[in-house]
Amino acid sequence: MNAIPPLNRPDAAYNFAYLDEATKRMIRRAILKALAIPGHQIPFGAREMPLPYGWGTGGIQVTAAILGPRDVLKVIDQGADDTTNAVSIRRFFARVADVQTTTRTADASIIQTRHRIPERALTEGQVMVFQVPMPEPLFKLEPRLAETRRLHALGDYSLAQVKLYEDIAKQGESGSSYAHPVMVGGRYLMSPSPIPGFDNPKLHNSPAIMLFGAGREKKIYAVPPYTTVESLDFDDHPFKPVRAPQRCTACGSTTSYLDEIIADDQGGRMFVCSDTDHCAENQGI
Amino acid sequence: MTAPLLESSGLHLRFGAVRALDGVAIDIWPGEVVAIVGESGSGKSTLLRVLAGQIDADAGSVLYRDTDGVTQDIPALSEAGRRSLMRSEWGFVHQNARDGLRMGISAGGNIGERLMSAGGRHYGRIRAEAADWMARVEMDPDRIDETPRNFSGGMQQRLQIARCLVTQPRLVFMDEPTGGLDVSVQAKLLDLIRGLVAKLGLAVLFVTHDIAAARLLAHRIVVMRHGRIVEEGLADRVLDDPQHEYTQLLVASVLAA
Repeated sequence: MNAIPPLNRPDAAYNFAYLDEATKRMIRRAILKALAIPGHQIPFGAREMPLPYGWGTGGIQVTAAILGPRDVLKVIDQGADDTTNAVSIRRFFARVADVQTTTRTADASIIQTRHRIPERALTEGQVMVFQVPMPEPLFKLEPRLAETRRLHALGDYSLAQVKLYEDIAKQGESGSSYAHPVMVGGRYLMSPSPIPGFDNPKLHNSPAIMLFGAGREKKIYAVPPYTTVESLDFDDHPFKPVRAPQRCTACGSTTSYLDEIIADDQGGRMFVCSDTDHCAENQGI
Repeated sequence: MTAPLLESSGLHLRFGAVRALDGVAIDIWPGEVVAIVGESGSGKSTLLRVLAGQIDADAGSVLYRDTDGVTQDIPALSEAGRRSLMRSEWGFVHQNARDGLRMGISAGGNIGERLMSAGGRHYGRIRAEAADWMARVEMDPDRIDETPRNFSGGMQQRLQIARCLVTQPRLVFMDEPTGGLDVSVQAKLLDLIRGLVAKLGLAVLFVTHDIAAARLLAHRIVVMRHGRIVEEGLADRVLDDPQHEYTQLLVASVLAA
């Protein structure tokens, strides 16, 4: 079974958490600045990481910068702890930082994630690290980055509102089922990273620290604890978090976010919790 | 009519060796329609853009008295201040509708954008107001979800006007609003603008090289040449009894059908 056993063991050849101390300090400065200006994108000097862009290079650098020897790390990908990327990143930090890893949300002090926020309510002292492909919420609406920066500075978000208007006019509801833009602290429009709209309300007034890292785009942004995070909407078309109206086949939950799984070639399908830890907990495993 | 809405004086602007503006002064009073006429390159569009705060002059002052009676120094105003004026108290109608519209966004979205940037967050009301304004510029409100690409040039221009007027500005800048349209469409559009301006009591500053359009719309006409104002006065006076030789030439060169 132990195909690559050495990778699970601490490797003394690396500096703690892979990055050198100067780089970590640079990233921490960006994080502190991001926390001081909730929702505002801070540029940082993203490094080459031993994984491709789009696999979480931003998240992994943020995690490396905040990781301490006593931290307990959980990594999820699409809500699951057992997918390739989640397993690789967990093993990576076990090897280069010798930290304890877990799959249990309750036990984790740092949770690096792609696409989901755990179902279990986060607590004070926990840190969520999001992997962000595109940090700019206006990028599909305004192609010039200099102009998007100006719009952020002026707080002019009518473009995003117009996009929402168009969605409702065309299809009767918001067109973004994931990465639905949010207003942070009533000031900055922010992309919550590609989490489903279902998870947007979990950002609002959360006791946990939310850090967002975009490696390719070289931006870090953050939502400090207990900060208002409101999904963009209209007064008469309030934002609605959407979930499939089914029960989880495995644990029977009717409140968690579900993945649809095609079961056979006859169109058979089943729905299971996307958050594997939550599902296991419900089943008493 | 106690004080001018917009006061400017001593405007100078050079593009290299060319004096685009050479000591221009112009005031606009509430509810007044002023036409700037002149040949291409006389500096009329440049003057419009300087007054609207889109480009800065080398020297001179532009003062605008806002709704609260506060005098805003346009050249000294921050970009945020200029943008906020531009989306609340001012409107700008471009010659080419493509410059003033979002071509990929529906007619309703185009009109609604200004309401949304002014803080409108009620979809139903924004949509109702957009439909109302489409009717007011004589467009079919049933086409509210079509993009401007589906509309003719005249319709696009109407849409641009609706988009400008929806937030009820006090001062509208128009740069050749009827340029590039055929004569019958021009006539209808001029008629529409005249009706709206009278009903809403707008102050309008528009640039045109079309003397007929100026006669139809304007209360007052300013004639520009080589970056200077060579003559100004009431529209009928300037056109019927031109004093400056250049104005005489302009008026004489109008083709009669």
